[in-house]
Formats: sequence, C-alpha cells, structure tokens
Amino acid sequence: MAAVATCGAGAGGTESMAAATSKSNVTSFQRRGPRARGTDSGGPRLVSIAGTRPSVRNGQLLVSTGLPALDQLLGGGLAVGTVLLVEEDKYSIYSPLLFKYFLAEGIINGHTLLVASAKEDPADILQELPAPLLDDSCKKEFDEDVCNKKPESDIKMKIAWRYQLSPKMEVGPVTSSRFGHYYDVSKRIPRELIETSKWHGFFLPEKMSSADKVECCSLTPGYMKLLHFIQNIIYEEGFDGSNPQKKQRNILRIGIQSLGLPLWGDDVCCSENCDSSHSLSKFLYILRGLLRTSLSACIITMPTHLIQNKAIIARVTNLSDTVVALESFVGSERETNPLYKDYHGLIHIRQIPRLNNLICDESDVKDLAFKLKRKLFTIEWVQDNYLRQERNIYPPGFSYLLKQKDSAWGEGSLQHSTFLMSFLAKATALASRLVRDREPLKQTGSGRIRQAAGLGLWHDGCRQEAPGLLGIPP
Amino acid sequence: MKGMHLPDIRMLLQGASPRSSEMFPELNNLLNTTPDKAEQGKLTLLCDARTDGSFLVHHFLSFYLKANCKVCFVALLQSFSHYNIVAQKLGVSLAAARERGQLVFLEGLKSSVDVFFQAQEDPHPLQFLREASAGNLQPLYEFVREALTPADNGEAAWRCPVLLVDDLSVLLSLGMGAVAVLDFVHYCRATVCCELKGNMVALVHDSGDAEDEENNTLLIGLSHQSHLILRTEGLATGFCKDVHGQLRILWRRPSQSTARRDRSLTFQYKIQDKNVSFFARGMSPAIL
Repeated sequence: MAAVATCGAGAGGTESMAAATSKSNVTSFQRRGPRARGTDSGGPRLVSIAGTRPSVRNGQLLVSTGLPALDQLLGGGLAVGTVLLVEEDKYSIYSPLLFKYFLAEGIINGHTLLVASAKEDPADILQELPAPLLDDSCKKEFDEDVCNKKPESDIKMKIAWRYQLSPKMEVGPVTSSRFGHYYDVSKRIPRELIETSKWHGFFLPEKMSSADKVECCSLTPGYMKLLHFIQNIIYEEGFDGSNPQKKQRNILRIGIQSLGLPLWGDDVCCSENCDSSHSLSKFLYILRGLLRTSLSACIITMPTHLIQNKAIIARVTNLSDTVVALESFVGSERETNPLYKDYHGLIHIRQIPRLNNLICDESDVKDLAFKLKRKLFTIEWVQDNYLRQERNIYPPGFSYLLKQKDSAWGEGSLQHSTFLMSFLAKATALASRLVRDREPLKQTGSGRIRQAAGLGLWHDGCRQEAPGLLGIPP
Repeated sequence: MKGMHLPDIRMLLQGASPRSSEMFPELNNLLNTTPDKAEQGKLTLLCDARTDGSFLVHHFLSFYLKANCKVCFVALLQSFSHYNIVAQKLGVSLAAARERGQLVFLEGLKSSVDVFFQAQEDPHPLQFLREASAGNLQPLYEFVREALTPADNGEAAWRCPVLLVDDLSVLLSLGMGAVAVLDFVHYCRATVCCELKGNMVALVHDSGDAEDEENNTLLIGLSHQSHLILRTEGLATGFCKDVHGQLRILWRRPSQSTARRDRSLTFQYKIQDKNVSFFARGMSPAIL
C-alpha cells in the first residue's frame, strides 16, 4: 500500500541514521544525556520512529506539522510532548486546514491519531483529509508555477537591495525529504489509508450522553471527559511507557478542534466575566502534563477572537508551547489592498518554546503572509516595507513604533530593530538625535530611505541614488 | 535616577568570555554577588513583560546550587529534564544535586497528572487541582517547609535554604486567587527568609496590556515585599536579532521607608547558547 511504502521508506531513512549514530556516543544530532521527553533513564536513547527526526539544536524529537513551510518557521518541526495552539481566523476558513494537515501527516507516517471535536464527528473529519502528493507529480506542477513567476523574481531589487540577502523561504516540495509532505486540498485522502490507520475519536455529544459520573473539580464536564479519555488512551496503548504489557514505539497525534467553544460547556467565549474562567487553563495545564510524560504531540485550534477576556488569552498563551495565529483577509479592508492581492491572510508566530535551551530558533522574518493554492500552502515574507501605502516609511521592525510612538523614542536611547537600523546607527549619537527630532515623514511613494537618514549616509562608496520601486518607468 | 553607579564599563565592553563553568558571570557582576558571599533573608522578584525571563530562573538555580545552599525548586512550568539540560550547560547537575539531597524538586507537570487522575491518600502539594472551589495553597507551603527545614540531627551541611518558584502566574491560571498566592508567599517568606534565614526567588509574568487584574495585584503586592526586582522586557520597537530585551534591576529596602532612593540600573541583553551577555543601552556589540 502506498502509505506503508512511504512509511517504510521514511522509517528506513531514520533508522539508518539512528543506527549510524548509535555506534558513537557523541553525535552532532543528539546530545549526550537523558532523553528530552518522558523517562529519566540515563544514556542517550535514539528513538527511530517513523516521521520524526531529532532537532539539530537540542536533540529534541520533532514531528512535522504537515506544512513544511510552517515546520521551517518553527525551527524544524513540532517537538514531541508539546502543544501547538492555533488561534483561529475569524470565519474559521484556514484553521481547519492546518488541523487537517496535521492529522493527514499522522496518517501518512503511521502515527496513531486521537481526534476530539464538539461540533463534528471525528470520522467525518478524517474523511475530509487532503490527499498526499507523491513527489513526481507535484514537482511537475511546481515547475509550472515557477515558470509563471519567473519574470517578477528576476527584477533585482534596487532600493531594497538588502532584502535580497534575506533568507529565502522554501517553497515547494523537496524531493529528498520524508519528513514533511505536501497535500492536495482538492482531493480526499484515499479510504484505504484511513482504514489501515489507527485512530480514536472523541465526539463530545456522544460522550456526554453516557451517564458515568465524573467528580467535579472546577473543570467543565466536557473537558474532564476529554482528559480522562486522553489519559486512558495514553496509558492503554503504552505511549508513556508505564504499561508493562505494551511497548509502544509510535507517536500519538492529538487534535482538538475549536476548544473553548460554548459547545464544550465552557462560557469563556460568551461573556467577559465567566464563571468557569479557570477551566480552560487548568485543562491546558493537565494536558501539557500528560503530553510531557508521553510520546505525543497535540494541535489545538481555539477561536481566540471570540474570547472577550484578554487575560484568559494571555494565560492560555503562557500555558501553551507553540502559538500560531492566523488572520485571514476575508471581510477585512486588506482584501482590496493591492499589496495583499496574492495572499489569503497573515500568519503570526506568537510564541516558540525554549526547550532544553536558553534560546530558541526564532525566525528573523516577522511579517508573514500565507496563500493557499490547490496543491500548496505557502508562507512568504511580505516585502512591503517600501510598498506599503498605509504607513510612513520606516525601516523594518518599526511597525511597532506606530503603536507606541512616544514611548519608543522618549528616552533618547538607541532602540534597535533589524539590520537596517543598525546600518543607520553607525553614527550613533547623530542618528538618534536626528530621528528623535524630526517630523514623521509623509509617504512620497518613491521608497527612498535617504530621507530618514538625513545625511549622506547612502553616498559612501560608489552607491548611486537608486530610483524608487514605484517610480514611473521611462 | 538612572545609573547612579555604573559598574566598570570596560568589563562590560570586553564582551562575553565566560568561563564555561560559571553561570552568567556578567549578571553576577551586575548584581554584585558571587556564590561565596550570597546574601541571606532576601526576596527576589523576577518579572517578565513581553518576553521570556526564564533565563533568570536558570541563573539563580545554578547560582544557589554553586553557593552550597539547599534549594527547594517548585517548577510548575517545565519538566525536570529541561532544567537539568540547561543547568548542565551552566555547569551544575540537577540530578546529582537531587541525589545528594541538596535539591528538592517539585515537578508540577508530572505531579499534577498524578494528583488529578488518582486520589492520593496523603495531602499532595498540588491538592488544589482536585478541588472545585478556590482553595488555598497550604499543602504546598507544608511541602516547602518540610523540604527546607534542616533535619534534627544537627548537620549543617548546607549554607542556607532557598526557595525558587517558577512561576507564580501559573498558580493564578490554575484557579488560585491572587490573595491565596500572596498568602502563600507571605508564609514562605516568614519561614524561609525570616525564620531559616534563607532566600526566596519567584517569577511572575507581567501581562502588560492584557487586563489581568489578579496578576497585577500579585505583581504589585510582591513588588512591595521584595528586596531585589529583576524585570526583563522586550524591546518597545519589536524583535531584534542582536538585542533580545532589556533588564531593569531595582534594589529596594522594603522594611525601611524611602530614606534613600532605590537604586536602579537598566541594561540590554542578548541570550547565547550558554551565556547571557549584558551591555549598556545602545551599546550592543553588533552595532559598535
């Protein structure tokens, strides 16, 4: 079967790597010392599970989120034992897609799935998963796309020449990797793949109708049942290593759809002062405890735009590991903005965990937009700082300046943003004084940074004055 | 008010050349402490706004273990192996410290699963997770007191007891009220700082513009009780690769009235793999 073939190849790939590295104790991939997740047995234990790979930075075991573009932004993938919280976009158009990619990736890799939802039957969710793309057919499509795009990308950037040095986002399938897969959203996943996969479903209306009493402890009954269900599966199937009969060498992928909706019995989306305000955060804490002690990864989509109490959103963010927010352009004024005409929405990486480390792999690019084509969900950097019509010209990273204008420059100390500001700050005292004292600039449309610097900082060397990107061509 | 007494600029500008066995030597210089002469009876408040201040927790953990103190670490946010691996980079082994009795580690995530799914006979420090209404943190306090009270056989093996909590905002998320958490801190301070002449370090998140009243109450209440406040903030202009944030240090005397103005310093920092380098504002090595 196709699924088994890909799994086998994938497992073979990781196993060979694992075998090679297990011969030497110290490798570049895995740190010596106790394994990151779960047990506290000594010595490195390389786990060769299909669909996982160790992180280069800290030896953490990673699984793919189903979106290779997102994997790259999260530093390689989602760490096993952590929670990925997806803040839903307003009309819930694209967040179910992320949810389905995650589950489809699990099926392709042969992981066990646990799907929980209050509004949709998990069996229906699984029927609607996108079909995976095999490498050769999609490469042909991707080449066509590249040919269509070629004229634009050939224009060398003149004003924004620094942006050419910025990292290119990886777009398109990489034929050699078995870690992330691409999916065709217009096709359904073949039935055989679902039938051969192992999955557990939690559909809240079914579970609530059963009359077993669960002791109340300030969690809403829906959350209580879900926690018990998850804990049961983890224990029964041996994902936490505590069951002596079962030795599990697989990942459990948990997907919880639209947590926090009133369908769960939680009123956190209904009113500002809710009675069970701690229910959701307690649920997340216990869930995280379960995940940390087992071989599992979880995706939760949450309609945070409905939560009116901002404090709860902050608490939920602090209690999750990775937080990604989607903002679609549907219905907003950005939909008609010519800048965003190629894109469907913005994606914000709000938080990346620092696991086993003081630092994390934070991506340098912060203005990210996504677009969904039939076979590709790409995330790209919106290079808009010189084209943006709605704001004054400021170098990148100053977008926060517009919200906190006074506080940022009030002290007169040099606030750094990205490389462009550091370039300006070669003359430190002068630059800060200039910027502090000048008027905010109007958008001239020519995109010249020269006006912000004031001095002839751009005339050193042989750099000529560059025409603006929006200049009228001769 | 700012920077009345700047430490030696030359030392700061030399750049990070840390001895690999020290925990953040630059932070020790800024705070004017070494493991040998750690003060006693102090409450240190760690606060982070718009950024992650957990590197300070790692610093204090390894600092006090190096200073030969008995440490009780209430770790509510991450697992033991996470702290262990980071501490190994800073030159301390938590597993070894736990073996020889120097470290008492309460792993919140693991214990919460135990206490939630199975009823325990003995009162568990995280007993409040099973309770329906907002309880109090007395079992947690009992746990701390038992861990840090020296054994009766008179062996003074360790220098002074230290309580480290990471972090108190999680207790608010789990259903405790701000008053209950303040009571807990008060009891711990009375036992650890005054009775046992030890230190206490706690981390609280500052939610900033999210209107979290309970968190603000907790933060303000603790700020008035603490001797040293270390506040990490993200930069107002947003993300920067070379400067990860700003650290404000405030020395206070909560017992005396403001006879003298509190001393405060502000630095910016960059977190590296095994070290954190500090520099004066605007003096990042990346742009000099």
